[in-house]
Amino acid sequence: MRGNDVAFAFGAMLFVAAAALTTFLVGNEYPFFAGYVILQYIVLAVAWTILGGYAGYVNFGASAFFGVGVYTSVFLAKAFGAPLLVQIAVAAAVGGFLGFAVGLLTLRMKGIFFSIATIAVTIIIDTFIVNWKYVGGAAGIQVVRPPTMAPFESYVKMLFVVQAILVVIAVATARYIQNSRIGRGLQALRDDELAAECSGVPTLKLKLLACVISGALMAAAGAPSPMYLQYAIPVAAFDLNYSVSALAMSLIGGTSHWLGPVLGAVLLGVTQQWLTVNISSAANVLLLGVMLVVFVVAAPRGIIGLFVRKKSEKTP
Amino acid sequence: MTGEVGNNSFLRVEGITKRFGGFTALDKVSVDVVKGERFGLIGPNGSGKTTLINIISGVFRPEAGAIRFRGEDITHIAAHQRNRRGIARSFQIPRPFRSMTVLENLMVGQDFAAGDASLHSRDRAHAILQRMGLGAAANALAGRLSQVELRKMELARAMAAQPQLLVSDEAMAGLSSSEVDEVLDLLLGLSADGITIIMIEHIMHAVMRFSQRVMCLETGKIIALGEPKDVMANPRVQEAYLGA
Repeated sequence: MRGNDVAFAFGAMLFVAAAALTTFLVGNEYPFFAGYVILQYIVLAVAWTILGGYAGYVNFGASAFFGVGVYTSVFLAKAFGAPLLVQIAVAAAVGGFLGFAVGLLTLRMKGIFFSIATIAVTIIIDTFIVNWKYVGGAAGIQVVRPPTMAPFESYVKMLFVVQAILVVIAVATARYIQNSRIGRGLQALRDDELAAECSGVPTLKLKLLACVISGALMAAAGAPSPMYLQYAIPVAAFDLNYSVSALAMSLIGGTSHWLGPVLGAVLLGVTQQWLTVNISSAANVLLLGVMLVVFVVAAPRGIIGLFVRKKSEKTP
Repeated sequence: MTGEVGNNSFLRVEGITKRFGGFTALDKVSVDVVKGERFGLIGPNGSGKTTLINIISGVFRPEAGAIRFRGEDITHIAAHQRNRRGIARSFQIPRPFRSMTVLENLMVGQDFAAGDASLHSRDRAHAILQRMGLGAAANALAGRLSQVELRKMELARAMAAQPQLLVSDEAMAGLSSSEVDEVLDLLLGLSADGITIIMIEHIMHAVMRFSQRVMCLETGKIIALGEPKDVMANPRVQEAYLGA
């Protein structure tokens, strides 16, 4: 365990260092523009897995949390000219609070009813933002980037590194949960909520915790988006595509291990970027659907399920 | 351990009434279970046995009445908190955590139990499994166990939290007679360790052999309570079971 932690911490630092280093070595801005999107999907997919995978509560509201992150940043930038780090931190707090509220209202529902409720939340928040003139309403809003900070030579490259750090935070959180008793409690309540409760697992508390953490990370993933696009519009910020992608990437990668959503997001994210450039942006939605069907049929436990040794093969 | 509040109020069920819509599942049921007792709970199907267990373990809230455990009113606290206070149960239809191994199933109970963390080790879980005759199945997936193994795992998982009161809900249903004896011996062993046990059972010879006292419910009311022989001889009990 200890050795693993050290290796993980080393790997995480190496990842961020490599991300930062490439921004100095590679001049072309496009790889970072595309890479940012992939990193953003890793954060979303990992965050989705904490509630949807570990706890088994399928959340279709990733776009609600993402959009809340986007508009928290827009508001802070417009109202206070707040710097990026403040935008991300406050977005995470707002996302966590939203997760708590949504959890309180909906976690007593199970299965498909919970999932439908999360879609409803997306629509409600979307409608609210559409009608909020201060942050641009339905027409959207231009966002002006602050000057690029040293040592970065472009703002997009800096955002790429920031998103890489968010990936590390998301993955470290998911990994911690998975290896702690919280993870075992979530897994227990996913398998059988009543039995978990009667075994001493504080099921409602753990589900709320998963909602808060998952919501905070999703909103944080969305927070740098206005600066990245220099624009925010509800149609894009609350795009159902984020919900579907987060879910698909997690399921394709496998939800039993933190590495699953990372693999799923990299695989799908890279392919989608490639398709967007070489064929069309509509093709990547098709790919998502096809991949999801293929994996549900051929590898229901995702990519990670193909590698993790099957416990089920040992019979008593 | 030996009750600060007196042995007589270990578990006290006070005037419990539970309704489901217009149906009264339990009607002012009151009973005391003494510390260390082996208490049998019988009654025809639908008489309210499992409902009573669900109220004791915190799955349901009663419409009226109170549950006191070691002097404390626990009527309105959540099931997981009752588990930490020392009430554990098994389920009539086994409810394993299917994606986990048998050992991990036990560790869930240990992880969230109250008390000394050093007691909540993998070794202790192994020891419980050995004792329950599940040592060899420790690393098997719970979803793949046989019926008798599932029953034993239900009891083992309940034991992982080191309960003072164990409620066994038909742990022997559907087992062969040799398996019934096996589970019965396990329960008697736990009782010998000082754990108070409430056993719901339809298998009469098991109830007779196990219980120091037996309570018979019929349509939500207590119709007999006392020594097993007397309860069995009670004409109302015979009527309830055999029909008038």
